[in-house]
Amino acid sequence: MISRRKFLKYSLIGAAGMAVPAGMTIVQGGTPEEARNKGLRWVFLVDTHKCVGCGLCVKACKQENEIPYDANVSRTWVERYVLTKDGEIHADSPKAARDGFISPDIDEGHGHKKVIKPEDISKAFFVPKLCNQCENPPCVQVCPVGATYQAKDGVVLVDRTWCIGCGYCIMACPYGVRFFHPVYHTAEKCNFCYHRISAGMKPACVEACPFGARRIGNILDPNDPVTQVIENDRVAVLKEEYGTKPQVYYIGLSKEVK
Amino acid sequence: MSNHVFRPLIVVIGIVALILVARYFYVPKDFGTYERGYMYSWHRKGDEEFWRNFKIKYQGKEYCKDCHADKYASINKSPHRIINCENCHGPAIDHPSDTRPKLAIDKSREQCYRCHVKLAYPTSDRVKIKGFTDPEKHNPKMECVVCHNPHSPKLGGA
Repeated sequence: MISRRKFLKYSLIGAAGMAVPAGMTIVQGGTPEEARNKGLRWVFLVDTHKCVGCGLCVKACKQENEIPYDANVSRTWVERYVLTKDGEIHADSPKAARDGFISPDIDEGHGHKKVIKPEDISKAFFVPKLCNQCENPPCVQVCPVGATYQAKDGVVLVDRTWCIGCGYCIMACPYGVRFFHPVYHTAEKCNFCYHRISAGMKPACVEACPFGARRIGNILDPNDPVTQVIENDRVAVLKEEYGTKPQVYYIGLSKEVK
Repeated sequence: MSNHVFRPLIVVIGIVALILVARYFYVPKDFGTYERGYMYSWHRKGDEEFWRNFKIKYQGKEYCKDCHADKYASINKSPHRIINCENCHGPAIDHPSDTRPKLAIDKSREQCYRCHVKLAYPTSDRVKIKGFTDPEKHNPKMECVVCHNPHSPKLGGA
Protein backbone atom coordinates (compact mmCIF):
# COMPACT_ATOMS: atom_id res chain seq x y z
CA MET A 1 0.00 0.00 0.00
CA ILE A 2 1.44 3.37 -1.05
CA SER A 3 1.61 6.05 1.63
CA ARG A 4 0.23 9.53 1.08
CA ARG A 5 3.76 11.01 1.40
CA LYS A 6 5.19 8.69 -1.28
CA PHE A 7 2.21 9.27 -3.59
CA LEU A 8 2.69 13.06 -3.48
CA LYS A 9 6.48 12.73 -3.91
CA TYR A 10 6.26 10.48 -7.00
CA SER A 11 3.49 12.62 -8.49
CA LEU A 12 5.71 15.71 -8.27
CA ILE A 13 8.73 13.90 -9.78
CA GLY A 14 6.54 12.55 -12.55
CA ALA A 15 5.08 15.97 -13.39
CA ALA A 16 8.56 17.53 -13.38
CA GLY A 17 9.83 14.74 -15.65
CA MET A 18 7.05 15.34 -18.15
CA ALA A 19 7.81 19.06 -18.19
CA VAL A 20 11.47 18.50 -19.25
CA PRO A 21 10.88 17.58 -22.93
CA ALA A 22 8.34 20.41 -23.29
CA GLY A 23 10.89 22.87 -21.94
CA MET A 24 13.57 21.51 -24.25
CA THR A 25 11.49 22.13 -27.35
CA ILE A 26 11.08 25.76 -26.31
CA VAL A 27 14.85 26.11 -25.86
CA GLN A 28 15.66 24.33 -29.13
CA GLY A 29 12.92 26.02 -31.15
CA GLY A 30 13.79 29.67 -31.60
CA THR A 31 12.96 31.54 -34.77
CA PRO A 32 13.60 29.90 -38.14
CA GLU A 33 16.30 32.50 -38.77
CA GLU A 34 18.25 31.43 -35.68
CA ALA A 35 17.94 27.80 -36.62
CA ARG A 36 19.71 28.36 -39.93
CA ASN A 37 23.29 27.72 -39.03
CA LYS A 38 24.78 29.10 -42.25
CA GLY A 39 23.08 32.48 -41.87
CA LEU A 40 21.60 32.34 -45.36
CA ARG A 41 18.04 33.30 -46.28
CA TRP A 42 17.37 34.16 -49.93
CA VAL A 43 15.14 37.14 -50.66
CA PHE A 44 14.25 38.97 -53.85
CA LEU A 45 13.92 42.67 -54.60
CA VAL A 46 11.94 44.07 -57.54
CA ASP A 47 12.08 47.72 -58.60
CA THR A 48 8.86 48.32 -60.55
CA HIS A 49 10.04 51.77 -61.69
CA LYS A 50 12.95 50.19 -63.59
CA CYS A 51 10.92 47.45 -65.29
CA VAL A 52 10.12 48.34 -68.91
CA GLY A 53 8.24 45.15 -69.73
CA CYS A 54 10.80 43.74 -72.19
CA GLY A 55 10.13 40.21 -70.98
CA LEU A 56 13.75 39.08 -71.36
CA CYS A 57 13.49 37.70 -67.81
CA VAL A 58 10.63 35.41 -68.82
CA LYS A 59 12.46 34.28 -71.97
CA ALA A 60 15.58 33.45 -69.94
CA CYS A 61 13.62 31.74 -67.14
CA LYS A 62 11.76 29.42 -69.49
CA GLN A 63 14.94 28.31 -71.22
CA GLU A 64 17.02 28.01 -68.06
CA ASN A 65 14.42 25.98 -66.22
CA GLU A 66 13.25 23.81 -69.14
CA ILE A 67 9.68 25.06 -69.19
CA PRO A 68 8.27 24.29 -72.68
CA TYR A 69 8.65 27.57 -74.54
CA ASP A 70 5.28 27.67 -76.24
CA ALA A 71 3.22 26.26 -73.36
CA ASN A 72 1.21 29.00 -71.68
CA VAL A 73 2.82 28.45 -68.27
CA SER A 74 5.80 30.16 -66.72
CA ARG A 75 7.68 30.30 -63.43
CA THR A 76 7.86 34.08 -63.69
CA TRP A 77 5.83 36.62 -65.60
CA VAL A 78 5.40 40.37 -65.99
CA GLU A 79 2.06 42.13 -65.51
CA ARG A 80 1.15 45.42 -67.10
CA TYR A 81 -1.19 47.81 -65.29
CA VAL A 82 -2.75 50.69 -67.17
CA LEU A 83 -4.93 52.98 -65.05
CA THR A 84 -7.14 55.36 -66.95
CA LYS A 85 -8.50 58.71 -65.80
CA ASP A 86 -12.04 57.29 -65.54
CA GLY A 87 -10.82 55.06 -62.69
CA GLU A 88 -10.66 51.82 -64.68
CA ILE A 89 -7.82 49.34 -64.09
CA HIS A 90 -6.59 47.46 -67.15
CA ALA A 91 -4.12 44.63 -66.59
CA ASP A 92 -2.65 41.99 -68.85
CA SER A 93 0.27 39.60 -69.25
CA PRO A 94 0.11 38.10 -72.76
CA LYS A 95 2.04 34.79 -72.91
CA ALA A 96 3.38 35.68 -69.43
CA ALA A 97 5.15 38.58 -71.24
CA ARG A 98 7.58 36.09 -72.79
CA ASP A 99 7.79 38.33 -75.87
CA GLY A 100 7.50 41.58 -73.92
CA PHE A 101 4.86 44.26 -74.41
CA ILE A 102 5.10 45.37 -78.01
CA SER A 103 1.70 47.00 -78.35
CA PRO A 104 -0.10 49.67 -76.32
CA ASP A 105 -3.33 47.65 -76.65
CA ILE A 106 -4.41 45.63 -73.62
CA ASP A 107 -4.83 41.91 -74.23
CA GLU A 108 -8.24 40.95 -72.81
CA GLY A 109 -7.98 37.31 -73.88
CA HIS A 110 -9.94 35.36 -76.51
CA GLY A 111 -8.42 37.63 -79.16
CA HIS A 112 -9.98 40.81 -77.75
CA LYS A 113 -7.87 43.95 -77.61
CA LYS A 114 -8.63 47.05 -75.58
CA VAL A 115 -7.37 50.22 -77.23
CA ILE A 116 -6.43 52.94 -74.77
CA LYS A 117 -5.57 56.45 -75.91
CA PRO A 118 -2.31 57.76 -74.41
CA GLU A 119 -4.07 60.92 -73.14
CA ASP A 120 -6.51 58.81 -71.09
CA ILE A 121 -3.74 57.13 -69.08
CA SER A 122 -3.24 58.33 -65.53
CA LYS A 123 -0.72 55.69 -64.41
CA ALA A 124 0.89 52.76 -66.17
CA PHE A 125 3.61 50.43 -65.03
CA PHE A 126 4.96 46.87 -65.12
CA VAL A 127 5.16 44.42 -62.23
CA PRO A 128 7.32 41.31 -62.47
CA LYS A 129 5.96 38.36 -60.50
CA LEU A 130 7.63 35.22 -59.23
CA CYS A 131 7.47 32.85 -56.27
CA ASN A 132 7.61 34.73 -52.96
CA GLN A 133 9.42 31.86 -51.15
CA CYS A 134 7.16 32.63 -48.18
CA GLU A 135 8.42 32.21 -44.65
CA ASN A 136 5.10 30.42 -43.93
CA PRO A 137 4.39 28.75 -47.29
CA PRO A 138 0.75 27.59 -47.45
CA CYS A 139 1.58 25.44 -50.49
CA VAL A 140 3.92 23.34 -48.34
CA GLN A 141 1.43 22.96 -45.51
CA VAL A 142 -1.21 21.41 -47.76
CA CYS A 143 1.01 18.86 -49.52
CA PRO A 144 -0.27 15.47 -48.36
CA VAL A 145 2.86 13.51 -49.31
CA GLY A 146 5.78 15.77 -48.40
CA ALA A 147 6.70 16.45 -52.03
CA THR A 148 7.11 20.18 -51.56
CA TYR A 149 9.18 21.63 -48.76
CA GLN A 150 11.22 24.57 -47.62
CA ALA A 151 14.99 24.24 -47.69
CA LYS A 152 17.17 25.66 -44.90
CA ASP A 153 17.85 28.81 -46.93
CA GLY A 154 14.14 29.56 -47.31
CA VAL A 155 13.61 28.39 -50.90
CA VAL A 156 10.53 26.24 -51.48
CA LEU A 157 11.27 23.27 -53.74
CA VAL A 158 9.18 20.53 -55.38
CA ASP A 159 10.27 16.88 -55.45
CA ARG A 160 9.26 15.68 -58.92
CA THR A 161 9.70 12.00 -58.05
CA TRP A 162 7.46 12.29 -55.00
CA CYS A 163 4.70 14.65 -56.27
CA ILE A 164 1.45 12.80 -56.97
CA GLY A 165 -0.07 15.69 -58.94
CA CYS A 166 -3.06 16.30 -56.66
CA GLY A 167 -2.87 20.06 -57.23
CA TYR A 168 -3.60 21.12 -53.63
CA CYS A 169 -0.52 23.36 -53.60
CA ILE A 170 -1.63 25.09 -56.80
CA MET A 171 -4.93 25.95 -55.11
CA ALA A 172 -3.27 26.96 -51.84
CA CYS A 173 -0.83 29.51 -53.27
CA PRO A 174 -2.38 32.99 -52.90
CA TYR A 175 -0.03 34.35 -55.55
CA GLY A 176 -0.85 31.84 -58.29
CA VAL A 177 2.79 31.01 -58.96
CA ARG A 178 2.33 27.25 -59.17
CA PHE A 179 1.27 25.22 -62.18
CA PHE A 180 1.61 21.71 -63.58
CA HIS A 181 4.72 21.08 -65.64
CA PRO A 182 3.47 20.11 -69.10
CA VAL A 183 6.07 17.33 -69.44
CA TYR A 184 6.43 15.88 -65.94
CA HIS A 185 2.80 16.50 -64.83
CA THR A 186 4.03 17.48 -61.37
CA ALA A 187 3.71 20.79 -59.52
CA GLU A 188 6.16 23.38 -60.78
CA LYS A 189 7.25 26.76 -59.46
CA CYS A 190 10.03 29.33 -59.35
CA ASN A 191 12.84 28.35 -56.99
CA PHE A 192 15.03 31.45 -57.48
CA CYS A 193 17.07 29.23 -59.89
CA TYR A 194 18.25 27.10 -56.96
CA HIS A 195 20.98 25.48 -59.07
CA ARG A 196 22.41 28.89 -59.96
CA ILE A 197 22.25 30.58 -56.54
CA SER A 198 23.74 27.46 -54.93
CA ALA A 199 26.67 27.76 -57.37
CA GLY A 200 27.26 31.44 -56.59
CA MET A 201 25.47 32.74 -59.71
CA LYS A 202 22.44 34.98 -60.01
CA PRO A 203 19.03 33.63 -61.10
CA ALA A 204 18.55 33.62 -64.88
CA CYS A 205 15.93 36.41 -64.73
CA VAL A 206 18.25 38.64 -62.70
CA GLU A 207 21.09 37.94 -65.14
CA ALA A 208 18.84 38.68 -68.14
CA CYS A 209 17.29 41.92 -66.86
CA PRO A 210 19.12 44.80 -68.60
CA PHE A 211 17.69 47.43 -66.24
CA GLY A 212 18.48 46.01 -62.82
CA ALA A 213 14.80 45.73 -61.93
CA ARG A 214 15.34 42.29 -60.38
CA ARG A 215 17.84 41.58 -57.62
CA ILE A 216 18.53 38.74 -55.22
CA GLY A 217 20.13 38.88 -51.80
CA ASN A 218 20.65 37.30 -48.41
CA ILE A 219 18.48 38.96 -45.74
CA LEU A 220 20.70 37.55 -42.97
CA ASP A 221 23.74 39.42 -44.27
CA PRO A 222 23.50 43.03 -43.05
CA ASN A 223 26.10 44.16 -45.63
CA ASP A 224 24.17 42.78 -48.60
CA PRO A 225 23.02 45.74 -50.76
CA VAL A 226 19.59 44.12 -51.19
CA THR A 227 19.22 43.73 -47.42
CA GLN A 228 20.14 47.38 -46.95
CA VAL A 229 17.45 48.49 -49.41
CA ILE A 230 14.84 46.29 -47.72
CA GLU A 231 15.77 47.55 -44.26
CA ASN A 232 16.27 51.23 -45.06
CA ASP A 233 14.07 52.00 -48.05
CA ARG A 234 10.30 51.93 -48.57
CA VAL A 235 9.38 48.46 -49.76
CA ALA A 236 6.16 46.46 -49.84
CA VAL A 237 5.14 42.84 -50.25
CA LEU A 238 2.14 41.27 -51.96
CA LYS A 239 -0.92 40.16 -49.96
CA GLU A 240 0.66 40.70 -46.55
CA GLU A 241 -2.74 40.09 -44.90
CA TYR A 242 -2.54 36.37 -45.73
CA GLY A 243 0.19 35.94 -43.12
CA THR A 244 2.44 34.02 -45.49
CA LYS A 245 5.38 36.39 -44.90
CA PRO A 246 6.38 36.67 -48.58
CA GLN A 247 10.07 37.29 -49.25
CA VAL A 248 9.86 39.10 -52.58
CA TYR A 249 10.04 42.81 -51.80
CA TYR A 250 8.80 45.49 -54.20
CA ILE A 251 9.85 49.09 -54.64
CA GLY A 252 7.08 51.27 -56.06
CA LEU A 253 4.21 48.84 -55.54
CA SER A 254 0.77 50.34 -56.17
CA LYS A 255 -2.49 49.39 -54.42
CA GLU A 256 -3.98 48.17 -57.70
CA VAL A 257 -1.46 45.32 -57.85
CA LYS A 258 -2.88 42.11 -56.42
CA MET B 1 -14.36 -14.68 -26.92
CA SER B 2 -15.45 -16.59 -30.00
CA ASN B 3 -13.70 -17.12 -33.37
CA HIS B 4 -15.93 -14.76 -35.36
CA VAL B 5 -14.34 -11.85 -33.48
CA PHE B 6 -10.72 -13.01 -33.58
CA ARG B 7 -10.55 -14.09 -37.26
CA PRO B 8 -11.39 -10.67 -38.80
CA LEU B 9 -9.15 -9.04 -36.20
CA ILE B 10 -6.20 -11.15 -37.36
CA VAL B 11 -6.96 -10.21 -40.98
CA VAL B 12 -6.99 -6.50 -40.08
CA ILE B 13 -3.73 -6.78 -38.12
CA GLY B 14 -2.21 -8.64 -41.08
CA ILE B 15 -3.21 -5.89 -43.53
CA VAL B 16 -1.78 -3.18 -41.26
CA ALA B 17 1.47 -5.13 -40.87
CA LEU B 18 1.67 -5.60 -44.65
CA ILE B 19 1.24 -1.85 -45.21
CA LEU B 20 3.92 -1.05 -42.64
CA VAL B 21 6.36 -3.50 -44.24
CA ALA B 22 5.64 -2.09 -47.74
CA ARG B 23 6.07 1.46 -46.41
CA TYR B 24 9.42 0.52 -44.86
CA PHE B 25 10.78 -0.56 -48.25
CA TYR B 26 9.02 2.09 -50.37
CA VAL B 27 9.81 5.30 -48.48
CA PRO B 28 13.43 6.41 -49.08
CA LYS B 29 15.75 6.31 -46.07
CA ASP B 30 16.47 10.07 -46.30
CA PHE B 31 12.78 10.95 -46.04
CA GLY B 32 12.13 12.76 -42.80
CA THR B 33 11.72 16.02 -40.92
CA TYR B 34 14.49 18.56 -41.41
CA GLU B 35 15.43 22.17 -40.52
CA ARG B 36 11.99 23.84 -40.76
CA GLY B 37 10.18 21.11 -38.85
CA TYR B 38 7.34 18.77 -39.76
CA MET B 39 5.09 21.50 -41.17
CA TYR B 40 7.55 22.97 -43.67
CA SER B 41 10.38 20.53 -44.27
CA TRP B 42 9.03 17.00 -44.16
CA HIS B 43 10.67 15.72 -47.32
CA ARG B 44 13.22 13.59 -49.14
CA LYS B 45 16.59 15.22 -48.43
CA GLY B 46 18.11 13.93 -51.67
CA ASP B 47 15.79 16.12 -53.72
CA GLU B 48 17.69 19.23 -52.61
CA GLU B 49 20.71 17.70 -54.37
CA PHE B 50 18.62 17.18 -57.53
CA TRP B 51 17.83 20.88 -57.72
CA ARG B 52 21.38 21.94 -56.89
CA ASN B 53 22.69 19.77 -59.74
CA PHE B 54 20.19 21.07 -62.30
CA LYS B 55 21.91 22.06 -65.56
CA ILE B 56 23.00 25.71 -65.84
CA LYS B 57 22.28 27.18 -69.28
CA TYR B 58 22.78 30.94 -69.04
CA GLN B 59 26.48 31.51 -68.39
CA GLY B 60 26.55 35.32 -68.21
CA LYS B 61 28.46 38.00 -70.08
CA GLU B 62 31.87 37.21 -68.60
CA TYR B 63 31.72 33.68 -70.03
CA CYS B 64 31.88 35.15 -73.58
CA LYS B 65 34.58 37.73 -72.86
CA ASP B 66 37.76 35.76 -73.56
CA CYS B 67 36.95 34.30 -76.98
CA HIS B 68 34.78 37.18 -78.25
CA ALA B 69 36.87 40.01 -76.84
CA ASP B 70 36.18 42.31 -79.83
CA LYS B 71 32.39 41.94 -79.52
CA TYR B 72 32.59 42.32 -75.76
CA ALA B 73 34.57 45.54 -76.12
CA SER B 74 32.32 47.01 -78.83
CA ILE B 75 29.02 46.45 -77.00
CA ASN B 76 30.49 47.88 -73.80
CA LYS B 77 30.95 51.21 -75.60
CA SER B 78 27.30 51.38 -76.62
CA PRO B 79 24.07 52.00 -74.68
CA HIS B 80 23.34 48.30 -75.27
CA ARG B 81 26.07 47.35 -72.78
CA ILE B 82 23.34 46.61 -70.23
CA ILE B 83 22.01 43.78 -72.40
CA ASN B 84 23.44 40.35 -71.73
CA CYS B 85 24.92 38.51 -74.77
CA GLU B 86 22.63 35.53 -74.20
CA ASN B 87 19.49 37.65 -74.40
CA CYS B 88 19.92 37.69 -78.19
CA HIS B 89 22.41 34.90 -78.82
CA GLY B 90 20.55 32.35 -76.69
CA PRO B 91 21.83 30.40 -73.69
CA ALA B 92 25.47 29.36 -74.09
CA ILE B 93 25.04 26.09 -72.13
CA ASP B 94 28.37 24.33 -72.93
CA HIS B 95 29.20 26.29 -76.10
CA PRO B 96 31.57 25.77 -77.84
CA SER B 97 32.46 22.33 -76.45
CA ASP B 98 28.94 20.96 -76.99
CA THR B 99 27.54 20.04 -80.36
CA ARG B 100 26.73 23.66 -81.26
CA PRO B 101 29.78 25.48 -82.63
CA LYS B 102 27.48 28.44 -83.42
CA LEU B 103 24.60 29.77 -81.39
CA ALA B 104 21.25 30.71 -82.98
CA ILE B 105 20.92 34.51 -82.89
CA ASP B 106 17.53 36.14 -82.48
CA LYS B 107 17.61 38.88 -85.13
CA SER B 108 13.84 39.34 -85.33
CA ARG B 109 12.22 42.78 -85.30
CA GLU B 110 10.18 41.57 -82.33
CA GLN B 111 13.36 41.17 -80.29
CA CYS B 112 14.04 44.91 -80.72
CA TYR B 113 10.37 45.78 -80.16
CA ARG B 114 10.63 44.47 -76.59
CA CYS B 115 12.13 47.83 -75.65
CA HIS B 116 11.83 50.01 -78.75
CA VAL B 117 8.06 50.15 -79.21
CA LYS B 118 7.04 53.45 -77.69
CA LEU B 119 4.70 53.04 -74.74
CA ALA B 120 3.82 56.40 -73.24
CA TYR B 121 3.66 55.19 -69.63
CA PRO B 122 4.38 58.16 -67.38
CA THR B 123 5.19 56.10 -64.28
CA SER B 124 7.53 53.58 -65.89
CA ASP B 125 11.09 53.89 -67.20
CA ARG B 126 9.79 52.49 -70.49
CA VAL B 127 8.87 56.01 -71.59
CA LYS B 128 12.54 57.05 -71.43
CA ILE B 129 13.61 54.56 -74.12
CA LYS B 130 13.75 55.77 -77.72
CA GLY B 131 11.13 53.97 -79.73
CA PHE B 132 8.50 53.84 -82.44
CA THR B 133 4.82 54.53 -81.90
CA ASP B 134 4.10 52.61 -85.09
CA PRO B 135 7.16 50.44 -85.85
CA GLU B 136 5.61 48.78 -88.90
CA LYS B 137 5.91 52.04 -90.84
CA HIS B 138 9.71 52.13 -90.54
CA ASN B 139 11.22 49.83 -93.23
CA PRO B 140 8.55 47.17 -92.70
CA LYS B 141 9.49 43.47 -92.71
CA MET B 142 13.20 44.30 -92.77
CA GLU B 143 15.43 43.07 -89.96
CA CYS B 144 16.56 46.02 -87.85
CA VAL B 145 20.12 44.61 -87.84
CA VAL B 146 20.43 45.26 -91.59
CA CYS B 147 21.05 48.95 -90.80
CA HIS B 148 21.59 49.02 -87.03
CA ASN B 149 24.46 47.08 -85.52
CA PRO B 150 23.05 45.86 -82.20
CA HIS B 151 26.51 46.13 -80.63
CA SER B 152 26.70 49.77 -81.68
CA PRO B 153 23.15 50.74 -82.56
CA LYS B 154 23.54 54.34 -83.68
CA LEU B 155 23.81 54.64 -87.47
CA GLY B 156 27.37 55.28 -88.57
CA GLY B 157 28.83 53.56 -85.51
CA ALA B 158 29.34 54.53 -81.87
